[in-house]
Amino acid sequence: MVDESRLEYEGGHEVKDAIISFRNVTKRFPGADALTDVTVDVPKGQVIGLLGPNGSGKSTFLKLIAGLHRPTQGQVLVGGRVPDRETKSYVAYMPEVDHIYPWMTVGRAMQFIGSFYKDWDAERAERLIDFFELPRRNRVGKLSKGMRAKLRLTAVLARASSIILLDEPLSGIDPPSRIRIVDALLSEFDSGEQTIILSTHEVMETESLFDRLIFLVNGQIRLEGDVEELRRRYGTSVQGLFKEVLA
Amino acid sequence: MQFDFDPALPIYQQIIDAFRRAIARGALAPGDRIMSQRELAQVARVSPNTAKRAYREMEQMGLTETIRGQGSIVRRDPTLVQTLREEMARGAIQQFIGEMRSLGFSGEEAIEMARKSLEEERT
Repeated sequence: MVDESRLEYEGGHEVKDAIISFRNVTKRFPGADALTDVTVDVPKGQVIGLLGPNGSGKSTFLKLIAGLHRPTQGQVLVGGRVPDRETKSYVAYMPEVDHIYPWMTVGRAMQFIGSFYKDWDAERAERLIDFFELPRRNRVGKLSKGMRAKLRLTAVLARASSIILLDEPLSGIDPPSRIRIVDALLSEFDSGEQTIILSTHEVMETESLFDRLIFLVNGQIRLEGDVEELRRRYGTSVQGLFKEVLA
Repeated sequence: MQFDFDPALPIYQQIIDAFRRAIARGALAPGDRIMSQRELAQVARVSPNTAKRAYREMEQMGLTETIRGQGSIVRRDPTLVQTLREEMARGAIQQFIGEMRSLGFSGEEAIEMARKSLEEERT
């Protein structure tokens, strides 16, 4: 229906107020290249959708920012620095896998996690627990998948971090919970101070959440830019773009 | 206000259109306070940056003005409603004419058909 060659990506345009910069970044794991020659800037104060199919390099991209991986080649800068202890103090990273002890109650788990962080906002944590209707006295291991996802998100959003990295927070969750999560992000996001990068391969509920998109396919950027400009240029939705990128 | 976006078009533009329509219809009058950017982001379920962009543009277009300490109001200009109504009517007519032309009807034919439709509606 649509000619996929119309998607133009010249690669690597710089943006004003970049809080994160990738310069010719390649990340190689034994047996596979996760990212190949990625150059991109992420502006401060926006919600960025990191989109791509499974295995396209999204998790690696986020872990490089979080300082959990080092590039094989090229450079990743966060706030102008190579990720280190200092950047980690203001970068909150939510991994795709469950990382909260299943035997703790919801309330206890929040106290426990909060005790690790100077920037923990207990009031915000309480607000999110109420918003998500998380049962404070139940054990984490007894929660449904959707509930656990909301709890993990609470653990990340309760920090007053300036960079929030969310790896597939909507994956495998029922649509009503996905909508609830997007609503929480919209109401808690501080556009002056925070930058959120959210990776997903489900774009249904996130259509109007993103300010900017980065499409990764096979470890390379296929398309990137301001979401409203992309809508204008291609006359299609985020979902439509996603289909074309994968075509 | 109800927001029902077409995700294939810029969202901030559709927010502006919703306000233009509300003012043209009289649902919002000059001087009326409009919701804050944050409220809009939540009601319309859009990024706060999208809301910010829409509000900035509306102010530049002369649709709204900012009152210190009170947020945004519809610009206190008595000609605003009339101007908007005319502008939007012109847009609707141009769209109608364009569509009829693309179907091969002349302007005269289009008007004649529109008149007939109206008469049928009345009976």
